[in-house]
Amino acid sequence: MSTTWATRRKTRIDDLSAGRSLTSEAFRRLRRDPVALTGATIVGVFVVIAALAPLIAPHGAAEAFPALQENLRPGSIPGPQDGFPLGGDQLGRDFYSRMLLASQQTLLVGVLATVIGLIVGIVIGTLAGAFGGWVDTVLMRVTDVLLAVPSLLLAISVAALAASPSQTTVIIAVAVVGVPIFARLLRGSMLSQRDSDHVIAATALGVKRPAVVLRHMLPNAIGPVIVQATLTLATAILDAAALSFLGLGDADPGRAEWGLMLAQAQSYLDVRPALAFYPAIAIIVVALGFTLLGESLREALDPKGSR
Amino acid sequence: MTPLLEVDDLRVAFRRRGEPDTVAVDGVSFDVAPGQVIGLVGESGCGKSVTAMAIMRLLPARGVRVTGSVQLDGVDLLGLSESQMRERRGKDLSMVFQDPLSSLNPVIPIGLQVTEVLARHRGMAKEPARKAAADLLERVGIPDPRRRLGSYPHQLSGGMRQRALIAIALACRPRLLIADEPTTALDVTIQAQILELLRELVRETGAALIMITHDLGVVAGLCETVNVLYGGRIVERAQRHRLFGTPRHPYTHGLLRSIPRLDAPSGEELVAIRGSVVDNLPWEHACAFAPRCPRAVDLCTGTTPLAETSGGRLLRCHNPVPASAE
Ligand SMILES: Nc1ncnc2c1ncn2[C@@H]1O[C@H](COP(=O)(O)OP(=O)(O)OP(=O)(O)O)[C@@H](O)[C@H]1O
Ligand SMILES: [Mg+2]
Repeated sequence: MSTTWATRRKTRIDDLSAGRSLTSEAFRRLRRDPVALTGATIVGVFVVIAALAPLIAPHGAAEAFPALQENLRPGSIPGPQDGFPLGGDQLGRDFYSRMLLASQQTLLVGVLATVIGLIVGIVIGTLAGAFGGWVDTVLMRVTDVLLAVPSLLLAISVAALAASPSQTTVIIAVAVVGVPIFARLLRGSMLSQRDSDHVIAATALGVKRPAVVLRHMLPNAIGPVIVQATLTLATAILDAAALSFLGLGDADPGRAEWGLMLAQAQSYLDVRPALAFYPAIAIIVVALGFTLLGESLREALDPKGSR
Repeated sequence: MTPLLEVDDLRVAFRRRGEPDTVAVDGVSFDVAPGQVIGLVGESGCGKSVTAMAIMRLLPARGVRVTGSVQLDGVDLLGLSESQMRERRGKDLSMVFQDPLSSLNPVIPIGLQVTEVLARHRGMAKEPARKAAADLLERVGIPDPRRRLGSYPHQLSGGMRQRALIAIALACRPRLLIADEPTTALDVTIQAQILELLRELVRETGAALIMITHDLGVVAGLCETVNVLYGGRIVERAQRHRLFGTPRHPYTHGLLRSIPRLDAPSGEELVAIRGSVVDNLPWEHACAFAPRCPRAVDLCTGTTPLAETSGGRLLRCHNPVPASAE
């Protein structure tokens, strides 16, 4: 029983991402690709830690401890000791717990921003690709303008529009960066679907336009966009961290966030460089993981890429 | 009998900026009676698919000019709105394409692709549509049809896919089916089966069939009337046995001589038509086939041959093969 379910599920995944046996071939290749495996491992470990962070973190993010605070003085921040494996931070909070809890914020912001950007991008790309004409022209001019602005600058501009920075503004700002990328990509593959044999065949059967677009074009066009989403997750995480670093991020002191931790650690670089080192490494490694995974996914699914 | 389909002076021109129009179909006229099977034959690029696409109104709206008239039951399809046309496609007239794999949606199970049409034109609910779809698949010879409803196109063999496509095209019992080289992508034994299936099905449903092919063998076993197309114009049309027995146009004659026949006297050579379509002259002031024609005379390169009908045969030639030659 469970095997049939698993097989059926597998074929469905295969068929969704690109159709044909090309996809199962791609997954076979991926499983032997060290780059893909490295990326998948990093992402896997990160997701598990983020999901379990509230359970495995010994303390809260905002909790300050007298034991750590007592040893705080200008020029000295307490290092690792009993109960605090990574020591304390500049306010006497448990640095280890904050590192773990911050991973959850990073995952949350990264995923939400990417998903929101993906949804809006898919709507725009579908409209442009399906209708063509002036709808396409207008939508694509707007995305061109957005694409012309460097992504971080765009995120900063959007975040700066908000009256007060919060987690929501970060998510929206980072999502906006993804929208034009997804929209353009989807529009392109929708256009090539429009002239494809099976879409013409569906039209020749009198299938209504919305059904042709949503059932026959979109599912066949969306593969590259999903792959792009993996890559966008990496930049979303970097952009979100950058916004926090620049003071445009989540101001809630009850939550820990790597970008903000990095920014605040700047003043104590000579006192305890570890405070800056760990968040920086975490951001880089996680972004790298998503990039490796996304790039190898893209290569594996590219019919032209013969490896 | 009043014709089901009347194609009159159909002309299709592709326009491209900075270039002269490409006239792919140049004044094609023919009729199809209800239940009749006709052939549209000619070599690659002669305008067969464009003719079919124009009848189905599937050519892109931009960059293409279609003139003439295509009357189905007295209604000019070229004058209908796009949504009116969508009502008719799949229901009144339908089409089967050349490549069965790429003509099926790769991400949707076969069953859904059949029920989609039934729901669209017959308003059938999910369960009855599934049952009807299974019956249809069974009718076209797909084994274990209930299970096959859930199969994806890539899980079927080429022949099975073409059977499925035929089932989909005939699901709503259209009165006209256009088959554009439906067997070209299949191997020979499967080709014969698919042709046999098409023959049975059109007889059973009473549909008229326009069979498009470059293969005279396909036409020989199937079509009552054969139109030979060259350079976008019909150069010869006759009943099948008359066309095969006494081809009058040198192009038809050449086509027939270039296919191997089992009953040919041994030692008879196969003769290929020399040259290729790129040598064509413009129809406006010549016969397009003249540069490749073994019977070309001076007249052929200077004057357009007109289509003349005599004794049920249409012929467009200044110097036809004498009727007694064969
Ligand atoms: N979209 C297009 N733009 C410009 N010219 C086109 C277009 N489609 C077809 N043509 C031209 O129309 C002519 C007829 O093409 P068509 O596809 O009807 O040929 P065909 O008889 O079906 O050939 P085949 O046996 O290869 O399918 C060709 O010369 C081709 O160059
Ligand atoms: Mg063709």
